[in-house]
Amino acid sequence: MAAGAIMRVEQNTQANTQTVSLPSSTKITLTINGVRRELQVEPWTTLLDLLRLNLDLTGTKKGCDHGQCGACTVLVDGKRINSCMTLAIMKDGSEVMTIEGLAQNGALHPLQQAFIEHDAFQCGYCTPGQICSAIGLMREGHATTADEIRESMSGNICRCGAYPNILAAIQQAMAHRRNVDRVAGERSVNPIANERSVNP
Amino acid sequence: MTTNYIGQPISRVDGRAKVTGQAKYAGEYNVPNLAYGVVVSSAIAKGRIAEIDASAALGLKGVLQVFTHKNAPPTAKSDQSYWDEVAVPGSPFRPFKDDKLLFSGQPIALVVAESFELARYAASLVQVEYEPEAHATDLNQQRDKAYKPKPREGVAPPPPPRGNPDKAFANSAVQIDAEYSVPAEHHNPMEPFATTVIWEADGRLTVYDKTQGTPNSHQYVCNVFGLSPDDVHLLSPYVGGGFGSGLRPKYQLFLAVMAARGLKRSVRVTLTRQQMFTIGHRPRTLQRVALGAAKDGKLEALIHEALAETSQFEEYSEPVVQWSGELYKCENVKLDHALANLDINTPVDMRAPGATWGLYALESAMDELAYKLNMDPLELRLKNYAEKDFSNNKPFSSKELKECFRQGAERFGWSKRTPEPRSMRDGGKLVGWGLATGIWETTQLPAGAKAVLTAEGKLTVGSATADIGTGTYTIMTQIAAESLGLPIEDVTFTLGDSTLPRAPVEGGSFTAASVGSAVKQVCDKIREKLVTVAKAMPKSPLANAKSEEIAFADGRMMLTSGPSRYVSIKEVMRHGGLSSIAETADSTPDFEKQSKYSIHPHSAIFAEVKVDEDLGTIDVLRVVSAIAGGRILNPKTARSQIMGGIVWGIGMALEEESVIDQKFGRFMNHNLAEYHVPVNADVQNIDVIFVEEHDSIVNPLGIKGLGEIGIVGTGAAIGNAIFHATGVRVRDLPITLDKVFAGAAAARPVKLAPAA
Repeated sequence: MAAGAIMRVEQNTQANTQTVSLPSSTKITLTINGVRRELQVEPWTTLLDLLRLNLDLTGTKKGCDHGQCGACTVLVDGKRINSCMTLAIMKDGSEVMTIEGLAQNGALHPLQQAFIEHDAFQCGYCTPGQICSAIGLMREGHATTADEIRESMSGNICRCGAYPNILAAIQQAMAHRRNVDRVAGERSVNPIANERSVNP
Repeated sequence: MTTNYIGQPISRVDGRAKVTGQAKYAGEYNVPNLAYGVVVSSAIAKGRIAEIDASAALGLKGVLQVFTHKNAPPTAKSDQSYWDEVAVPGSPFRPFKDDKLLFSGQPIALVVAESFELARYAASLVQVEYEPEAHATDLNQQRDKAYKPKPREGVAPPPPPRGNPDKAFANSAVQIDAEYSVPAEHHNPMEPFATTVIWEADGRLTVYDKTQGTPNSHQYVCNVFGLSPDDVHLLSPYVGGGFGSGLRPKYQLFLAVMAARGLKRSVRVTLTRQQMFTIGHRPRTLQRVALGAAKDGKLEALIHEALAETSQFEEYSEPVVQWSGELYKCENVKLDHALANLDINTPVDMRAPGATWGLYALESAMDELAYKLNMDPLELRLKNYAEKDFSNNKPFSSKELKECFRQGAERFGWSKRTPEPRSMRDGGKLVGWGLATGIWETTQLPAGAKAVLTAEGKLTVGSATADIGTGTYTIMTQIAAESLGLPIEDVTFTLGDSTLPRAPVEGGSFTAASVGSAVKQVCDKIREKLVTVAKAMPKSPLANAKSEEIAFADGRMMLTSGPSRYVSIKEVMRHGGLSSIAETADSTPDFEKQSKYSIHPHSAIFAEVKVDEDLGTIDVLRVVSAIAGGRILNPKTARSQIMGGIVWGIGMALEEESVIDQKFGRFMNHNLAEYHVPVNADVQNIDVIFVEEHDSIVNPLGIKGLGEIGIVGTGAAIGNAIFHATGVRVRDLPITLDKVFAGAAAARPVKLAPAA
């Protein structure tokens, strides 16, 4: 472009229309960390922003807002998802579990304990997403070897580079769980009790 | 004794807060009546803003204001007011100063609204007309405009040449003369930069800022907005990664404070990941390394020259070449560092600034020289081992690098390496083993700390330092607990608060040494008070003891010679009628003692890669890094620090590159899908060895700092391993599969398959 010429950058063509109507809110119901909540939600609000801004559940992190880093990982109906890529209204009626809902009555989940013991974090910003993702991974039951766990945890970036410790923490939690399952299996005559608990 | 904590693998004291989501970062304080600011970024690299039309944005209900250079409330007029603790020579960037555009992505408007979504949408409605000028953003095109930068505080310029390097090089029997190119890189901490400004009832400001130094951000706000120190309380208790990006105040701090003052209400501004590529970066750098050696491997000439990019308004320089004069023994050395100005934002220190690039080039060239000499790369390094710092003509305060080589090589199994490239295989894949050396500097800076011991024996120690994931909370708690012999549960360390005693920004690996010394000192003051009271107690077992004969452990004070006779600290407090003891201390390094020595941590890094020639994939199977870093305060967090550095080395070697589209003068891959950083699957076996190293010069605790040394040299070790695997030398980071393929194709004639 020649020097002195004026360049106009269109960011959003709606700017040229005179009236822009803003979205109105909708009522949805979510069960968050075991608590049922009725919420007025605007359709452009992501599940991540709903948690962080409206409900003050800031344990779930925003690292990229584009589904590229995994910091916003939460469990929706037991499955790990990127909450930044999910509009809150899409999940009406769902059960959401965030990092705040993992410890029970102040007692850390074995995976949280393992993260501390193995120093599986440094700055801590990706940690809630890593932990929620690992809970999801364990429930999926696909990954068992170190390579499989690494691969299946690769949607969660840790810029501090704690990956080997994250792997070790997950392996410890998996071993713990196998142990709990084994003990439960030995104690119980009811085969249903051998099924893995739905709760983390 | 159970209260000996220094050197123990204590789990992080902030661990519980971090694994439960309770640790709050700067952009997470949800206060009543909070307004949300979203930044509009310049779409061009150079020129001026002709017009900004914010009417569509302002027409939306709930949009409070659109700030631009035209309506920004006045701030300090002089450049000096914008200088921060880590400023470099030049004129600091001042947001909304005028209509001039200095780099693509420059903040040009701030839209503030009642909700985040509304502010984000309204920002998209702001229309901007630009008057563009031709920009220059390609370092390679500016080689002829290189100049010697003004010296930067804290960064020694390259020393003058010694000997006759050009002649010695020309006369050397074996020569390597190569250029190494490294790209711009972005820090990309996981937490985006954010500032929450809380407008208090009396008009004072409580500011939560993402920063590596609360005193630095605090002073910046006071200077820029003409506020007294008491008007602003700046906090940063948790920082979601920094790596240097948070050393200098970032523009969201300015914008959030400006908007809060303008609107007289609380405002938060959080950058997007895309905007995280507009706040400074590790500069693209072109380097020439020329090594001349005798046939026996003795270095006769070492020339290391670097050209790096900086902005048009500041001269950012980093120590790229200095290390080359310190690491090896060589009589003829020439080191040079030049800059060229581009229409980009000013580069920013990034993990081991300078050394990361310089040691990549030097240690790659050393590897090339080893092959040319037909000599083991480890042997070449030992042959030229520097027993003193020849650049500065000083002895090293300590240097256990030889031990790093020995222990690292043994752990790695280096002796089983076959030297020829392409000689090691695993199944159908090529295996390569490479090594490199790392060096960083140890700096101790003045720092303050305060401490309060209560009658119940609870100790709180504070300093306005930071914990950016480095473990500051934990190691300072350890130092304090051990100094006063208290159970670690009874000790709390606070940081990231502008009302605490001043500490330097957290960077340069100097926090452990600087703040650790202050913490030790303030605890020693409390010890002295306790000793005085304890000695005066009736039938005191310590009555005739000298201070140094008294030990503190397990909540008690006792004679070192007879620990069975003791008084408890609580008893001493009770006897003295003390409800608490409060002390402050300012620690100043012994500059005179330190200045007689060259003080560095060192490392030896061994890497194994596996290369699939059909697919071009490169896997780093293992890295062994042996570190000589002085006293290790906490082997658990220390290992994590080094591991993180190694992961950064993997990223630097194979993945990281911020690509400028020269047509637009803009970083194009400004997101985490296109700017590749290592993920879990990229990182396999990492083995960290801490070699025992005692240093009585560096500081009383013998600490050298570990934040940077882990990355230095790691990229070269991996590049050298790739050469060993493939026979392809890529001198242009990152070493991606296309470059390895291209090199392999150039090295071997293509055999066409016979026609069917």
